[in-house]
Amino acid sequence: MQYLLLIYRNEAELAKWSQADTNKMTGDFRSFTQAIIQSGNFKAGDALQPVATATTVRVRGGKTMTTDGPFAETREQLGGYYLVDAKDLDEAIGIAARVPLAAHGSIEVRPIRLMN
Amino acid sequence: MLDEVEQVYRTESGRVLATLIRLLGDFEVAQDALQDAFAAALVQWPSQGRPSNPRAWLVGVARHKAIDRLRRAATLRELEPALAVELEGRAVAMEPDVDAAVPDDLLRLVFTCCHPALNLEAQVALTLHAVCGLPTEAVARAFLTSTETMAQRLVRAKRKIRIARIPYQTPGPGDLDARLEGVLAVAYLVYTEGYAGTSGEQLLSVELCEQAIRLTRALAELLPERSAIEALLALMLLHHARHRARVASNGDVILLDEQDRRLWDDATIAEGVALVERALRAPGPVSAYAVQAAIAALHARAPSAAETDWRQIVGLYEVLLRLRPTPVVELNHAVAVAMVDGPARALDLIDALAARGSLAGYHLLPAARAELLARLGRSADAASAYGEALALARLGPERRLLQKRLAAFGSASDVGRPVLSSDILPA
Repeated sequence: MQYLLLIYRNEAELAKWSQADTNKMTGDFRSFTQAIIQSGNFKAGDALQPVATATTVRVRGGKTMTTDGPFAETREQLGGYYLVDAKDLDEAIGIAARVPLAAHGSIEVRPIRLMN
Repeated sequence: MLDEVEQVYRTESGRVLATLIRLLGDFEVAQDALQDAFAAALVQWPSQGRPSNPRAWLVGVARHKAIDRLRRAATLRELEPALAVELEGRAVAMEPDVDAAVPDDLLRLVFTCCHPALNLEAQVALTLHAVCGLPTEAVARAFLTSTETMAQRLVRAKRKIRIARIPYQTPGPGDLDARLEGVLAVAYLVYTEGYAGTSGEQLLSVELCEQAIRLTRALAELLPERSAIEALLALMLLHHARHRARVASNGDVILLDEQDRRLWDDATIAEGVALVERALRAPGPVSAYAVQAAIAALHARAPSAAETDWRQIVGLYEVLLRLRPTPVVELNHAVAVAMVDGPARALDLIDALAARGSLAGYHLLPAARAELLARLGRSADAASAYGEALALARLGPERRLLQKRLAAFGSASDVGRPVLSSDILPA
């Protein structure tokens, strides 16, 4: 059976960590990821770029409304996800606007952070 | 020579940056290259003289500087080698004719700075900085924030452009109108900020108004035959024509009815009037900017305050209310109504507006009420309304005006005068 594990943390706090601690955490993630790949549990996983790079998309009255920033409503709750490939933000927003529930909710578009 | 370089920076940096972004494919890389090129100009132009085509010179030098920087960055492992090669490849690519490409480049830059994925403050800051060429300190001053805050705002905006990959392009025909609305909103915001400051000691920033006008003119040239752009330009020009009459030498506010109309710029008014007439004749639905411009034209063409066609102005406000039903437009409408139907009727409208609470922190609402109450002889109520306005007003010159009114409102000479808010631009 599949589960989605969502990682929440305080961005501002993390930014204050020492380089040594940050490197250790990156290393820990690498080990963990490898481990669950080995064990066959891994399906997909990525770090996300910070919330300042997020864009929220809603479709109301047939019009796509774009706002800068992450999703921040208390009346809406996470209900699903898509991982998509798009050549730029406009294309990603276009796809987000076509998600059927975009007309009744909010789609946060967050760039993936490629780790090397 | 320093002045000349600064002058070139003001007039050309937007265009040069725009071309560099296309050539180099990266906003920040392009900005660094731009700075390097201008630094080179400061060193070379005094002895070599200003080049005949400064723009082409700057683009050429910037590209070479960018290549140098990219090579150094790759060597110092600051950049992914693959990325460095890609950017360098772009930088050395053959560039046919800089001048021919510029209009498209500038348009691309404007649309990128005004992309809806950026918040409005960021759009305005980026447009003023990158397109209009204002240094960070000047943008900060315009919006009464610290240079550091503004610098951070710009850094975050550019970072978002890069990381989220906001594309550097002009929208396709299907999206152009909607995106253009956003660009015009930014230009309008810059203009209104210049037209009437909300705090500090200066009512008006001529420089900011002129930046907004320059930007809108550039848009009108780049996207010809669009009535929304022409209407916005008309609106700005018709207000800007009056600027020399709006502020006394000591910084005090001079209201519309008291302005010396000989100080109004006739040529600017004529241009504005011609533009608004074209915009109103254009096919399709009339834009809110066109209606606002038409109202401004009626004021601008009245030989004296007494000869203002308030009846037509009221009619136009009613049209504007249907297009842009905002509380500030409602307030302006009520103020115009006072000039046609008397203060009592206008007061009813304003009280209804106030009751809805949407203009709670806005000093011009109690100021308008106070004027109307004074005209109706309701001294105590007028005094308390002036008090409310003073409590909310943050701009020095406006506070002084309100204080004077508070002191003198009981005198007969104030009956029949247009109120404080007849000069304001809706936000």
